[in-house]
Amino acid sequence: MEVYFDNAATTRCSDGAREIMMEVLSEHYGNPSSLHLKGMEGENYIKEARARICRTLKINESELIFTSGGTESNNLAIIGAAMANERGGKHLITTKVEHPAVAAPMKYLEEQGFSVTWLDVDSEGVFSLKQLEEAITPETILVSLMYVNNEIGAEEPIEEAAKIVKERNSGALLHVDAIQAYGKYIIHPKRIGIDMMSASSHKIHGPKGAGFLYVREKTKLKPVIYGGGQQKGMRSGTENVPGIAGMGQAAAEAYENFSEKQEHMYRLKDAFLKGLEGEPWAHVNGKTGRDSAPHIVSLSVDDVRSEVLLHALEERGIYVSAGSACASNKPAPSSTLQAIHVKKQYLESTIRISFCPENTLEEVDYCLCALKELVPRFQKYTRH
Amino acid sequence: MFQAFLIKYGEIGIKGKNRHLFEDALIHQIKYALKPVEGEFLITKEQGRVYIEAVGPYDYEEALEHLQCVFGIVGICPVVLVEDEGLDKLAADVISYLDSRYSNKNQTFKVHTRRARKSYPLSSMEVNAILGERILEAFPEMKVDVHNPDIMVNVEIRGKINIYSDIIPGPGGMPVGTNGKGMLLLSGGIDSPVAGYMIAKRGVKIDAVYFHAPPYTSERAKQKVVDLAKIVARFSGPIYLKVVNFTDIQMYIYEKCPHEELTIIMRRYMMRIAEHFAEETNSLGLITGESIGQVASQTMQSLAATDEVCRFPVYRPLIGFDKQEIIALSEKIGTYETSILPYEDCCTIFVAKHPVTKPSLKVIRRSEQRLRENIEEMVKTAVETAETIVVEADMS
Repeated sequence: MEVYFDNAATTRCSDGAREIMMEVLSEHYGNPSSLHLKGMEGENYIKEARARICRTLKINESELIFTSGGTESNNLAIIGAAMANERGGKHLITTKVEHPAVAAPMKYLEEQGFSVTWLDVDSEGVFSLKQLEEAITPETILVSLMYVNNEIGAEEPIEEAAKIVKERNSGALLHVDAIQAYGKYIIHPKRIGIDMMSASSHKIHGPKGAGFLYVREKTKLKPVIYGGGQQKGMRSGTENVPGIAGMGQAAAEAYENFSEKQEHMYRLKDAFLKGLEGEPWAHVNGKTGRDSAPHIVSLSVDDVRSEVLLHALEERGIYVSAGSACASNKPAPSSTLQAIHVKKQYLESTIRISFCPENTLEEVDYCLCALKELVPRFQKYTRH
Repeated sequence: MFQAFLIKYGEIGIKGKNRHLFEDALIHQIKYALKPVEGEFLITKEQGRVYIEAVGPYDYEEALEHLQCVFGIVGICPVVLVEDEGLDKLAADVISYLDSRYSNKNQTFKVHTRRARKSYPLSSMEVNAILGERILEAFPEMKVDVHNPDIMVNVEIRGKINIYSDIIPGPGGMPVGTNGKGMLLLSGGIDSPVAGYMIAKRGVKIDAVYFHAPPYTSERAKQKVVDLAKIVARFSGPIYLKVVNFTDIQMYIYEKCPHEELTIIMRRYMMRIAEHFAEETNSLGLITGESIGQVASQTMQSLAATDEVCRFPVYRPLIGFDKQEIIALSEKIGTYETSILPYEDCCTIFVAKHPVTKPSLKVIRRSEQRLRENIEEMVKTAVETAETIVVEADMS
């Protein structure tokens, strides 16, 4: 049995997305900037994808920039907004649990002379609104917050934060990294008061290499990529037409029968957590109810290193993640786990299980059985 | 510009009656090294050297890079070939060669002519004198120095005439295949690939064994070992890599034996298994990357304890090297970047906090007695289920 429980790392491309991409790749391969019919065909795929995504967000079509993925969206939002607004002040705010795609551009800006306030989070990974309120000054030009934490699935109080930001400093921009939230929640950024919001295609059953940034109209933003002036100069480079078409399809599919899918993922999560109850070795990080993300469970295990457990599960055909897959190749303790103060021994023995609507209760049971068999077995063999 | 290479080899030139065996092995290795290179090559041996002529267009840089991996080669001379159309034409060719090869003409030179074709109308000395004169006329800045010239202009009169002046150093050593075969214990670390390189350099063909311990070591760790073997194979030729699943044995030792002795006992079983494969594939010895005192399992006492189980000689070419020296070598041969990828290998999984550094053979033997019940069967299974991967050189 193959069980893919690493959907927060990436997802399988949906059949619909794959099909539309094949159309583009093999027949309608024109460059959207070309004047001829082939070019127009390409452009039409982009228009269609734009319309489909904007419908899910209830935003205007002029407010969407296509990018190469979540990392680029975050870079464009953070670096682009800081550069365009530095005359208003040089203060930025973010949290200590951001994905490296936010944390690293923030650190880059610190080197460039900006000051950054890094908000703490509580033991459940949620930042404090009070601390946010206190951090905002007249110099603050940008606040960047994540919607859902990628490692423990904490859901952050974005709506309340948006109100606070606008009350304290109406000039400050709010960027939201919604890469783990788009497709899992109904998000209407304009209504919430979000100025910019990042999302990624491959987290929602679209292809890799595509993403978008919502930029509320009249937001001052400087491009980070210069070239042929595509997308009104905000993101030069020939559009990734197949990727964008696939993402448009995936976005539309994600919001079809949305509540059913969301509920299904919560049911999987509930069943998984229930199955772990009473296991002395299992420690779930963060919140577990409807106030947490439907698809992410962070599980710390006594006396078995996450990598060993991951590979042992792999031998059973079960794919999970050790910490966050995006930070692989350099095994450093997760900053999110450190920020929520998990016990030191769990920093190297925490796995992440993440679901998608295609997963089944049967798969959850299979994974639970495997865990209950493997963990006690490997607990016997610890380092001394 | 260059259509041929003249290959110089030192040590193998003096091997008496076996010389042709060494030369044949060298040619075999050169052919293997040039196989992936763009172009077609004619390889011949004559009068104590090997001659490689490119037939048609080829990639010079790539060919040179590949030749520099062939043990036994001491020097590589890139050669310009010209037709024999009289002495005036030859002088013009030599001058144009020097002109394009050396932008700085303020150097000393000597012309050295050899006639493989003895029917050539002039003697070597006469050709030397005439060419020297013409060169001086063409480049008045140049000076003759017959004892210690900056540029040795070699002119060899064969079917065509060969002109060369550079000797690019080769890796030295002896052609792989001239000194039997050895079984390398290859881990994902820095040392063992270097040890394999060192032994291959002496003409030894290499097979390897890797101990895989899933789920403690990942598929990526195994891939890393294959990638390292690919780099070593640039020098050693194809490597038959045995991948042994070692998890059960390791866990069994962990359960039954004192933890401080785990590494030593584990290594003794690795040696036993490696020796089994060595015997099976006609290897003449085991090769490890150990160096005295580097870690607890590499003290004199520990090495003696691992040696005790081997009937085959164990070759440890890095035995007197410091870590820094080993790192420098691994950087030179190109394994370092791969070696430092952060995947756990099986030696570090259960390492005790304070492993024994001076194991007593008596104590170790007694501890091993506790494995009596199942170990033979487990070793047999490990040997039987080992996977064999044929690793070809990766030049990229």
